[in-house]
Amino acid sequence: MTVAGHRIGVVTFPGSLDDRDAQRAVRLAGAEPVPLWHGSADLRGVDAVVLPGGFSYGDYLRCGAIARFSPVMDSVVAAAHAGLPVLGICNGFQVLCESHLLPGALVRNAGLHFVCRDQRLRVESTRTAWTGAYAAGAEITVPVKNGEGRYVADPDTLRRLEQEGLVVFRYVGGNPTGAAADIAGISNAGGNVVGLMPHPEHAVDALTGPGVDGLDVFASVLRALAPVT
Amino acid sequence: MTDTVQLAARDPDAAQPHAELGLRADEYARIRDLLGRRPTATELAMYSVMWSEHCSYKSSKVQLRRFAEQAPASDRILVGMGENAGVVDVGGGLAVTFKVESHNHPSFVEPYQGAATGVGGIVRDILTMGARPVAVMDSLRFGDAEATDTRRVLPGVVAGVGGYGNCLGLPNIGGELIFDPSYAGNPLVNALCVGVLPVDRIQLARATGAGNAVVLLGAKTGRDGIGGVSVLASATFDAAGGPAKRPSVQVGDPFTEKLLIECCLELFDRRLVTGIQDLGGAGLTCGLSETASHGGSGMAIDLDRVPLREASMDPLEVLTSESQERMLAIVAPADVEAVLETAARWGVLATGLGVVTDTGRLQVRWRGELVVDVPPASLADDGPVYTRPLRRPAGLDARQADGPAALPRPRTGPELRETLLRMVASPNLCSRRWVTEQYDRYVQGNTVLAMPADAGVVRIDERSGLGVALATDGNGRYAALDPYAGAQLALAEAFRNVAVTGARPVAVTNCLNFGSPEDPEVMWQFAEAVRGLADGCHTLGTPVTGGNVSFYNSTGATAIHPTPVVGVLGVLDDVTRRTPPGSATAGEVLLLLGRTAEEFGGSEWAWVTHRHLGGTPPRVDLAGERALAEVLVGGSRDRWLSAAHDLADGGLGPALVECCLSGGLGARVVLPADLDPFVALFAESSGRAVVALPVVEEQRFTDLCAAAGVPVTRIGVVGGGRLEFADLFAVSMVELRAAYESTLPRLFG
Repeated sequence: MTVAGHRIGVVTFPGSLDDRDAQRAVRLAGAEPVPLWHGSADLRGVDAVVLPGGFSYGDYLRCGAIARFSPVMDSVVAAAHAGLPVLGICNGFQVLCESHLLPGALVRNAGLHFVCRDQRLRVESTRTAWTGAYAAGAEITVPVKNGEGRYVADPDTLRRLEQEGLVVFRYVGGNPTGAAADIAGISNAGGNVVGLMPHPEHAVDALTGPGVDGLDVFASVLRALAPVT
Repeated sequence: MTDTVQLAARDPDAAQPHAELGLRADEYARIRDLLGRRPTATELAMYSVMWSEHCSYKSSKVQLRRFAEQAPASDRILVGMGENAGVVDVGGGLAVTFKVESHNHPSFVEPYQGAATGVGGIVRDILTMGARPVAVMDSLRFGDAEATDTRRVLPGVVAGVGGYGNCLGLPNIGGELIFDPSYAGNPLVNALCVGVLPVDRIQLARATGAGNAVVLLGAKTGRDGIGGVSVLASATFDAAGGPAKRPSVQVGDPFTEKLLIECCLELFDRRLVTGIQDLGGAGLTCGLSETASHGGSGMAIDLDRVPLREASMDPLEVLTSESQERMLAIVAPADVEAVLETAARWGVLATGLGVVTDTGRLQVRWRGELVVDVPPASLADDGPVYTRPLRRPAGLDARQADGPAALPRPRTGPELRETLLRMVASPNLCSRRWVTEQYDRYVQGNTVLAMPADAGVVRIDERSGLGVALATDGNGRYAALDPYAGAQLALAEAFRNVAVTGARPVAVTNCLNFGSPEDPEVMWQFAEAVRGLADGCHTLGTPVTGGNVSFYNSTGATAIHPTPVVGVLGVLDDVTRRTPPGSATAGEVLLLLGRTAEEFGGSEWAWVTHRHLGGTPPRVDLAGERALAEVLVGGSRDRWLSAAHDLADGGLGPALVECCLSGGLGARVVLPADLDPFVALFAESSGRAVVALPVVEEQRFTDLCAAAGVPVTRIGVVGGGRLEFADLFAVSMVELRAAYESTLPRLFG
């Protein structure tokens, strides 16, 4: 299947760190990465948006709390409500929660330390824009690296996530953050917005990562997008 | 009232607190001679920080000249010693700059901030050269792992190194973690950074061109770190002195530094600065005087323009503050507007402080009055230089005579098994995972090898696959027994660690951690270590491109082990050819390269099992190291080797355990018949490595070794779920992993 022609935006906030890595992953998946700047509300006509990892605005308040108010996020939130595929990785997941595109919050890891390790995940839902290329129940290895990645939500929200099949990735073989119900990533009801703490963009080349298990996250969105005409 | 140049002339005999500022009476007299009057209070503070040991290298300069005088010829060195960091041509139009620096004393007082700002400082040194920082490493030494204070200091230091580096988006690719009671009251926190730049983007710390603007970039200036270099870095802690010095430790803000990095790189790319200097130790005083002195210029500075955190600061405080995340840029008048606009876009504060002049004087005004009027070189370059007395330590002969030969040794299979498990679980040999998991090794997407590999490898050009390898090593016990050999063994190990990845070693940096230079026995250790390192670099063909000296590492009267930490940079033309530390293919052959002798002086075995430190360290064979590196690089280039691992602390036994755990497969090993099994397993002879390769490549590789004069012994085969030593003992991988992995979590959990 040819996917050439799809353009995927990667937002750079002040303090974004994995933005160039997300761009590389988009390129390796066969799409064109388009840099988006936090200070501009212009999404440049992209077909999907990635909010990358890092420490936006230093994350001195709550992670993602300031980024939520940036001009680019006004556009991302509006476009997401209209169905644009949006992926938040790590700090990007935190921004999505702060923006109320996804429920719940990410808090300090249970072990209190920053944790960087190769992590097994189970793909719990293939019905999202970002996981359609995986086999249901597939187990993948992707790096996790964060200090504030423990997913928490109130019991009603957790019940709803489980009932509606909105848990997208779950930790297997150890829970590095102490996240509720081993949750590593979730989606909105529409499946176009996905946030996860692990870094699929760092598992796209066996030379520089634990393997290539993360590449299908980016391949999925190209499959989900209408073929370029 | 602020002391001015005018007042100093009017009141030449006013008493001044030079001793309290760390200046000797003769140094104070020299300042008066230089100026032809007494210094103003502000000038006195500036001389105090610039003539401190930390900034002036006054005790080490005489010895350090060896590095330049004996430097081997190399056409790769674009910028040598003397700048913020050396710059090495790595081909393809790219250059690499790297340096290691200490932040020992601040890390003892305030572990998190001390370590964090240590990382921040070395990153700015690399940025200053025009490079994008691409990776960091940390070389850490603490007191006994079980000691209470180690549990205070180590978690904070690790969190600080990680907190700052992770937030900057710099992968941490390796380093060291050593425990020894010698560092109990004086941990060593040495941070290394490596950066990459196009060869035509090199920046220098020079202020030239009268009329050019002097622009301060970055954070506001506050009262943190006042006198840090003279108070903290250039004096010994006494028992009561620790807490009172807390205000001298700087506080880091990695977010501001991240913006500063991106802003400066854009300024470099657009050729908007003519010179740049980072502000670290001694703050503005150092930045202004060094750039003016190196540019042969003067400067007129209006200090009231410096953005302050506290309005009540006086000129002395503004000029000596070590507030972090600041740079000083020299900008042509036509480019000032573009610089300010670029900085504003990155959210970086930028302020014109004054201009470069042709007066030859550094002149600083405060509230309209002249408070500083000095020749900049008198601060930056013409400080005191001391030829300190040297004396071989009184107890050294006795210590060397007290060798390990009489220590009881394990003999039987079960004894050797128990010893191996105890060794791999010991704090200095066990898994570093508890530490390295707190560091981001993936960010930037170019990390090819990181801890626990022998060296970190990063790709620096995605198209060509060009990469660099870096390793840091040091062994204070070896250096305590023989500082000349100890420095060479540190160099040899780092050189070897780079070579086992397949990279060709090309240049050296160092961080020389020693006790007080005023102690002739310490100074002898220092001189011997420098001589050893200079001789070693000459023989190996790897010039020293820069480094750092840290003196006064002692608590009370007891100096730390002399600890030269050596960093070696290697170049890998194609990172896909890198050799990892463990083989994942059953049936591959294990070969031991190099000669093994009964060498246990200063060894990990003697320390772990007998708390013994005596005798002499392993013999240094630099020609052998060079030959070993040749076959390791050749074996990588031709893709014969599947794995390679250096043998160092602990010897062959622990090295094989690491190979197996890294590759996830056991091995069946037959130790060389001509060696006592205990010697074969635990001797620390230098110049050795173990490699794994497919049987079909064995002949060609052993031919290569024979041609290079590297002894080869076939010692086993990869495979299975246990590490087995024929006729002696076997240990399951599960048991090995449990022993290797559990120590640091148990201690620091």
